[in-house]
Amino acid sequence: MVPHRPDFWGIPAEWNPTLWVYSIMFLAVFVLVFRFFQQARLWWKVGRPEVRWDHPGKRLGLVFKYWIAQLRVLGQRYPGIMHVAIAWAFFVFFIGTTLAAIDGHLFQLFQLLGNQNAITDPEAFKFLKGGVYLVFKLVLDLFTVAFLVGAGMAVYRRFVRRPSRLTLDSRFAFSLVLVIVVVIGGLVTESLRLAVVRNDASLAVGWWAPAGFLLAQLWIATGASPEALTNWHMVIWFIHLGSVVLMLVTLPAGTLIHILTSAFNTFFAKLDRPAGKLAPLAQNKDGQSIFVSALRDMTWKQLLDGDACTECGRCQDVCPAHAAGTPLSPKQLILSMRDTFHENAPLLAQSANGGNGKLVGEAITGDMLWSCTTCGACVRECPVLIEHVDMIVDMRRHLVNEGQMGGMLQEALAKLGRYGNSFGQSERARAKWAQPASLKIKDARKEPVEYLWFVGDYASYSAGLVDITRKTAEVFQRGGLDFGILYETERNAGNDVRRVGEEGLFEALVEKNVEAFAKSRFKTIVTTDPHSYNTLKHEYPSTDASRGRYPILHYAELLDQLIAEGKLKFNRQLGYKVTYHDPCYLGRYNGVYDAPRRVIQATGCELVEMPRHGDRSFCCGAGGGRIWMEEDLVKERPSESRIREAVALDGVTAFVVACPKDMTLYRDAVKTTGYENRLVVKDLVELVHEAM
Amino acid sequence: MDIAVVVKLVPDLVEELAIDESGAALDTSYLRLIVNELDNHAVEQAILLKESAGGQVTVIAPDLEGVDDILFTAAAKGADRLIKLTGAMSGVNNYALSNSLAAIIREIKPHLVLTGVQANNDLDGSVGPRLAALLGMAYVGYVSGVTPANDSVKVRKEYSGGLVAQVAVRLPAVLGIQAAGKPPRYVPISKIRQMSKTARIKDQPAGDLDAGNGAAVKHMFKPEMGTHATMIEGEADEVADRLIAIFKEQDIL
Amino acid sequence: MSQDIFVVIEHLRGKVADISYVMLAAARVIAQATGGQVVAALLGHNAQELAGNLAADRVLYVEHPALADFTSAAYQTVLESLLREHAPRAALLGDTSIGGDVAAWLAARLSWPLVSSCRSVSAEGAVIRFVSQTCGGKIMAEGDLPGPCALVMIVPGGYKPEQGQSAQTPQVTSAAAPPLEGLRVAVDNYVEPDTSDVDISREPILVSVGRGIQTLDSIGLVEELARALGCPVCASRPIVDQGWLPTTRLVGKSGKVVKPRLYLALGISGAPEHVEGMGESEMIIAVNTDPAAPIFNVAKYGATVDLFDLAPALTEKIQEARRQRGTHHGAASS
Repeated sequence: MVPHRPDFWGIPAEWNPTLWVYSIMFLAVFVLVFRFFQQARLWWKVGRPEVRWDHPGKRLGLVFKYWIAQLRVLGQRYPGIMHVAIAWAFFVFFIGTTLAAIDGHLFQLFQLLGNQNAITDPEAFKFLKGGVYLVFKLVLDLFTVAFLVGAGMAVYRRFVRRPSRLTLDSRFAFSLVLVIVVVIGGLVTESLRLAVVRNDASLAVGWWAPAGFLLAQLWIATGASPEALTNWHMVIWFIHLGSVVLMLVTLPAGTLIHILTSAFNTFFAKLDRPAGKLAPLAQNKDGQSIFVSALRDMTWKQLLDGDACTECGRCQDVCPAHAAGTPLSPKQLILSMRDTFHENAPLLAQSANGGNGKLVGEAITGDMLWSCTTCGACVRECPVLIEHVDMIVDMRRHLVNEGQMGGMLQEALAKLGRYGNSFGQSERARAKWAQPASLKIKDARKEPVEYLWFVGDYASYSAGLVDITRKTAEVFQRGGLDFGILYETERNAGNDVRRVGEEGLFEALVEKNVEAFAKSRFKTIVTTDPHSYNTLKHEYPSTDASRGRYPILHYAELLDQLIAEGKLKFNRQLGYKVTYHDPCYLGRYNGVYDAPRRVIQATGCELVEMPRHGDRSFCCGAGGGRIWMEEDLVKERPSESRIREAVALDGVTAFVVACPKDMTLYRDAVKTTGYENRLVVKDLVELVHEAM
Repeated sequence: MDIAVVVKLVPDLVEELAIDESGAALDTSYLRLIVNELDNHAVEQAILLKESAGGQVTVIAPDLEGVDDILFTAAAKGADRLIKLTGAMSGVNNYALSNSLAAIIREIKPHLVLTGVQANNDLDGSVGPRLAALLGMAYVGYVSGVTPANDSVKVRKEYSGGLVAQVAVRLPAVLGIQAAGKPPRYVPISKIRQMSKTARIKDQPAGDLDAGNGAAVKHMFKPEMGTHATMIEGEADEVADRLIAIFKEQDIL
Repeated sequence: MSQDIFVVIEHLRGKVADISYVMLAAARVIAQATGGQVVAALLGHNAQELAGNLAADRVLYVEHPALADFTSAAYQTVLESLLREHAPRAALLGDTSIGGDVAAWLAARLSWPLVSSCRSVSAEGAVIRFVSQTCGGKIMAEGDLPGPCALVMIVPGGYKPEQGQSAQTPQVTSAAAPPLEGLRVAVDNYVEPDTSDVDISREPILVSVGRGIQTLDSIGLVEELARALGCPVCASRPIVDQGWLPTTRLVGKSGKVVKPRLYLALGISGAPEHVEGMGESEMIIAVNTDPAAPIFNVAKYGATVDLFDLAPALTEKIQEARRQRGTHHGAASS
């Protein structure tokens, strides 16, 4: 006799469990689907339309990667293992239960279809028997064990360690206890059955169900009679069934809804543009711009973001604004939006002007929105692909449109509008750094060059950076580079202007720069500033009618190329022990991690990584226009926290940056933290210059 | 309360200023004109009053390079009517400007005329008191904040030393604004661009721009560098060291 | 018509303003050339004793209850009638909150030429030459004062107030006030300067910031520096208008006039309105990235380094210097 899967073992057949169990289960699933649909329709009813279903194949790929394989979740070890153990166990239980249902009732389907074999030999239609069944049991049982490990970790984390990023409230405790009851209920049911049928070769599976078998030994050891164990089995079976039903019907209203919403959220994630490209201002049917300040201004996908949030708090953990003590937590921002949505959506959905869905100025304050550096760490970390930064910029656009901003930002924007730079200096002073006759920088407007160097505001105007800018020019010259600049015609590239939410000014700056590009002859653009690099690369008109597309390089990439081609030769090996700070807009947004590191190595420096590096680099705090804003809500500057991180590295004496704004902020931070004697901030190009 | 705001364009001091060949005027080839900052405050004050007490705001500016943008910006803030004073406006003095402005303002019949208390290129006094004399209105300058009160306004008048008087001014009146009740608001470029499509600027010929018997500038020059500071050269660190030494010499440290 | 030079004396709440003495000094320069008298026009109510130390040849005192406080309406009416009657070669008014309310109004009413922002005057024979500052003090404009009568608005800086003071009380004659009824401007009350904050005019050291600050948290850096120096932070107008510092910290034309031993001007361009409030400081040190900033014309020492580099460095060196002195003192007293 080979073992096989019993149907409703221990439940009297005259009760007709098949009928009512399935009835209950179908009803429960119906409740689940109905309630979920009620919730989901509000996204469309309240939110604006947005196409997010193109490329379904790619989208399914995202679901596989982030919903099933959970690569983002696994990015952090403890919570990753914890969650995956629970989630995958449930995936397996779901598949197992489905298989069991098919196994139990496939023959009936064939009977209905009039298949004679199905009537005479229903057993032939079952596949969970013999070896297959044993493996089936083994897999299910092992995942039960995995679940128990994961759930144990979750209990320990939630009730003992209680990390601050978690939402520690009863909704989560309820869900956790419920899933534990479901799984332990199943395990105990199985083990009681195994205890009773231990001598029945057609049902006993022995060690193939290791957890159930072990637990069964416990029941056997109690010396209880098979009848007593059967009765216990029935009790626990009812509890198990009840808890499963409870889980299904409460799922849409509880925290477990994330199982569904995260699937949708990963499927509908942003595909149409790279991370570094913001969506332009949306327009309504009448061609008027939509400034996002209320629920109705959000797209349905943004509303879905709220419901997809699992409240894991990873975004908050990596957020420089949160670490700095500002009122912004990306998690709280999403949750504030979600809570407002839940409170008002039913009314909003009923009529076009019913309900109040105001967000900005209510649950989401200007201070929160202005605290964001748009570093993208939250977006990078979110396991369910929520798009925080896009939403923040959308809302900033509203604030700018209403003129609600701090005085310093207002000044900076006014200067950018008038002079094309945030320093409020004349455009004629832009190339003042290039005045020493020895430099001889070509004018790309007057003669053709291979590389157009887009110098950027900080490198051009900041008194403290002129030296580095000149060194950059010298390095380019020694590398035999044919390059020129736009002199007073260059304007701020507008990356941060756009991220501040001043879309109109951004467009005006783009127009001016594009006009200047059109009047110059060059093949490639190289930028000093990663922010310029990002917007030139992703947000400027990608083609030029007369020239076609021109490549955009950051100087770190160009230096790397020059070194690889042997055009830059070094006389010295510097031998410094350095660390490197990945600028957000070079690294996280554009994936340039290796080029600057290769350059550092080429100068003979030893690179020691900070704990937060690569795509997990920690923002200096200047991005997204923060460099133009008041800092009164900042308790600890991100740049200072970063310097402390670097100082903790053994023997590191130089902090290498590849962004003029980094240079400005970190030079300050080294002084304000009092590590002037321990650490020198050096630009990548300074290392190169020194080694030549 | 209907308000007329007079806005002047003045040399942008961010640019390096040069004196032309005649030696008696600024070299206009390098000159960039911007809105007189105090006039910008006057516009803001007018909009604040409109928001609190209603009425129409008319902004009048001479036709100089960049004036359209300035007028559209005012419209984006909430100004109702835009008037451009056309004619040979370059180098016009306040005597001539005031005469032209007075003619226009007489037709508008505003309750209140606001303008910046001064401009960086005023050489014959400011526009406000001249307008008051020509229009037979009361004038108060150095005003930082205006509150309407029946047929008058209460204004904060600033004196040197930080003393402020609350002054009641019966309407109609001209006020010289030092600062609006709130800093001038930022207007996004998109709104200005939109206004440039929808708002209408009325051209009004300035008529006779007789400069009157005003003083003629014979000679312009940059202030003497004889009293110029001793410059401390070097990096921030060296400068700091030198300053410490100076502090010690002066017995401040 | 006469060759006399009139000076409209500015006074508020029983105190003659410094600008009045500056004007008297300027008037003396002209009068010596024209051969006329320096006549101080003093308008007020029970204010005759203010004539005390005016360096004028005579004082024309106009007494009226309506002149108890300065109001543009009363001054305009009185001065129009006075100037029509006397028709002096020139009438000098302050380019201030008081003179500014009156001068251009009079120019329009009297059809007299007006020169404003006048910093100094000189005379060659009958020709009176004015030098006015324009474009924020970056340019000076020079010309001849038209006649027969003219109005001149004087800014401080050209003459020291002491030059317009005299130990002898000048002769005072009373002039009748024209009817002063139905005036459309009245002072309700004065808002006293906030005294809860430090009085920057009494501080021996001041650190001052201007619009030159441009990156985030610059005021924080400056405040740290001020703390190290043990002095308050004050500012020029734009900073106060933006609400970054209270009005009690405003230095300049509409703020406080300060004369500290050390005035450290950071990111201040040095517009005349600001210099008016600090030009008399014993030592001015200016830091501004624009080497052409007019502040360097009044400063003793200047530097064009970035404020963000300088402020932290200076703060630290001051603290270090204080620590050294502290230990030294400690050793001495033990």
